[in-house]
Amino acid sequence: MDLFEYQGKELLAGAGVPTPAGRVATTATEARAAAEVLGTPVVVKAQVQVGGRGKAGGIRLAASPDEAETVAAAIVGMDIKGHTVRTVWVEEASDIAAEYYVSFTLDRSAKKHLAMVSAKGGMDIEAVAADTPEAVVRMHIDPVVGLANWQASELVYRAGFDRDTARQAADVLRRLYEAFVSLDCDLVEVNPLALTGDGMILALDAKVTLDSNAFYRHPEFEAFRAAFTHDPLEEMARQRGLNFIKLDGSVGIIGNGAGLVMSTLDLVSLVGGSAANFLDVGGGAGADTINDALEVLTHDPQVASVLINIFGGITRCDLVAEGIVEALGRLEVPWPIVVRLDGTNATEGRQIIADAASDLVVPAATMRGAAEKAVELAGGR
Amino acid sequence: MAIFVDASTRLVVQGLTGSQGRFHGFRNRDSGTRLVAGVTPGKGGMDLDGVPIFDTVSQAVEATGANTSMVLVPPAFAADGILEAADADGINLIVAITEGIPAHDEARVFNYIRQTSRTPLIGPNCPGLISPGKANVGITPHEITLPGSVGVVSRSGTLTYQAVHELTVRGIGQSTCVGIGGDPVPGTSFVDVLERLEQDPETEAIVMIGEIGGSAEEEAALFIRDHVSKPVVGYIAGVTAPPGKKMGHAGAIISGSSGTAAAKQEALRAAGVTVVDDPSGIGEAVGIAIGD
Repeated sequence: MDLFEYQGKELLAGAGVPTPAGRVATTATEARAAAEVLGTPVVVKAQVQVGGRGKAGGIRLAASPDEAETVAAAIVGMDIKGHTVRTVWVEEASDIAAEYYVSFTLDRSAKKHLAMVSAKGGMDIEAVAADTPEAVVRMHIDPVVGLANWQASELVYRAGFDRDTARQAADVLRRLYEAFVSLDCDLVEVNPLALTGDGMILALDAKVTLDSNAFYRHPEFEAFRAAFTHDPLEEMARQRGLNFIKLDGSVGIIGNGAGLVMSTLDLVSLVGGSAANFLDVGGGAGADTINDALEVLTHDPQVASVLINIFGGITRCDLVAEGIVEALGRLEVPWPIVVRLDGTNATEGRQIIADAASDLVVPAATMRGAAEKAVELAGGR
Repeated sequence: MAIFVDASTRLVVQGLTGSQGRFHGFRNRDSGTRLVAGVTPGKGGMDLDGVPIFDTVSQAVEATGANTSMVLVPPAFAADGILEAADADGINLIVAITEGIPAHDEARVFNYIRQTSRTPLIGPNCPGLISPGKANVGITPHEITLPGSVGVVSRSGTLTYQAVHELTVRGIGQSTCVGIGGDPVPGTSFVDVLERLEQDPETEAIVMIGEIGGSAEEEAALFIRDHVSKPVVGYIAGVTAPPGKKMGHAGAIISGSSGTAAAKQEALRAAGVTVVDDPSGIGEAVGIAIGD
């Protein structure tokens, strides 16, 4: 789960990482009040779950509370790469002497933690790494041992941080790594980590991605969700325990297993259509789950046909078929449903579909045939 | 021959007394696997449908000669369960089915095992593996398999079933089908499995099923180019997946410009792999590859 900057900073500050004082605002008036409390100048920063907000005009300096109000009025409601800004973070402006880059993440290939540190912070790190690879210091960290003191030290000296504040910077790196591990983050990125004119090391930005698999040991993290703008369909699906992602096409997809569902989306595209969503009912789905999945799709006006692709392992095709038949009785289903069932109890499932004799349900013998039929029924849209 | 599991497999299931463990453990036994023990701390001494239950894995190994452990406990306990199996002398294969283990736990477990023992770990978040007609350790429905000579390795569960089904309906049997799992740090990689399938005299051809995210398929492509002499048919799921979204599996995410399906297909093609863009085409492609 990608956090807003201010949420990430709250977590990092809790782990002892120095951050500037700031306040959240959702209106221009609130931004003005925040500037009055914090003292000017302030920086007004759009809170979005996407990078590149500075270039898009989502980060502006304000010299007075009046200006903070004006600037916030311009930022709130702004569209940044398809994300509408609902919240701004108003923060004390810092006197920046140098900008560094620090991140901790998992290197899937090496299967170890990876630290990336650069003295060329404040810009797109992928561009820095492409143009001047020597400016980015990369070091692997054994997850069993953790970040050793010598590693934190080597990172800051090799990256060429200011020598007078290097020990302080190494300490901040250790705290960032500690936060990365103890808070179960997939990513902690601070860009820039600033050296201020008076010799302080401060995290001026925070990009924190939390591992939702670890929420059972951080139940308080669920509360971060409340601040996000949810796609109503995705929220409805999440509450029903369905793995759902909204897409742009017209063929609604329901399947079991992430790989099979991804493959179904691809096949729909291959035969000339486009999928309206990714929806994985998971393993062992019963009739209720199928009913829930169909209900979610009835709330998507873009759907013109639905393709149900089940390969039963733990999932029983007869229960899936029962779920489809039940949903037809319970819901106003406005589109045809192409059903492909294979694997556990497929024969029984196909019989249930045949017995229901509904005009809306179209059985298909193969995955490809099902995709072709669903695309045809969606009207080639 | 087969790889990892065969008629000599003696299975202990960690979590056999739970609903998942019981369902799948006994399903494995019904398909011919020798299920010799279950482990649930606090339930040692119990008998479950003819299978003795022990408090610890090492006790189960001492009493029954178990050599393979399947971990089917909830995510909060799974990392610990894997470590217990890795430390038990006598266990030479661990299969972790559990989905939803925190990524940091997985990374610690992977590195600890690599440093302290040579026990292979398959999974987590995987369907397990099956050598048709010999042993089934995991959740794959054995009915869709057929004994034969094609090795299958995949990051997905149901998509593997789809591929196996395509082979079986054409009368093409399988030597061993390994689901390595959909998490970012799988215990066993494509390369590990490809290496064993290449060495397995019974395996004539290989099906490899990848998906978006990470670079395991690209690494596999380099290995195939340099070390695999058997024909390989490949398929990559997620061609139409949008960047930045986790597509069901924790590891199935395109980050920035890396991890795309197109790059993986390209890498495999460059290594001489027959890449199909429709899973329904896997059976036909394998048939051509083995001259069937």
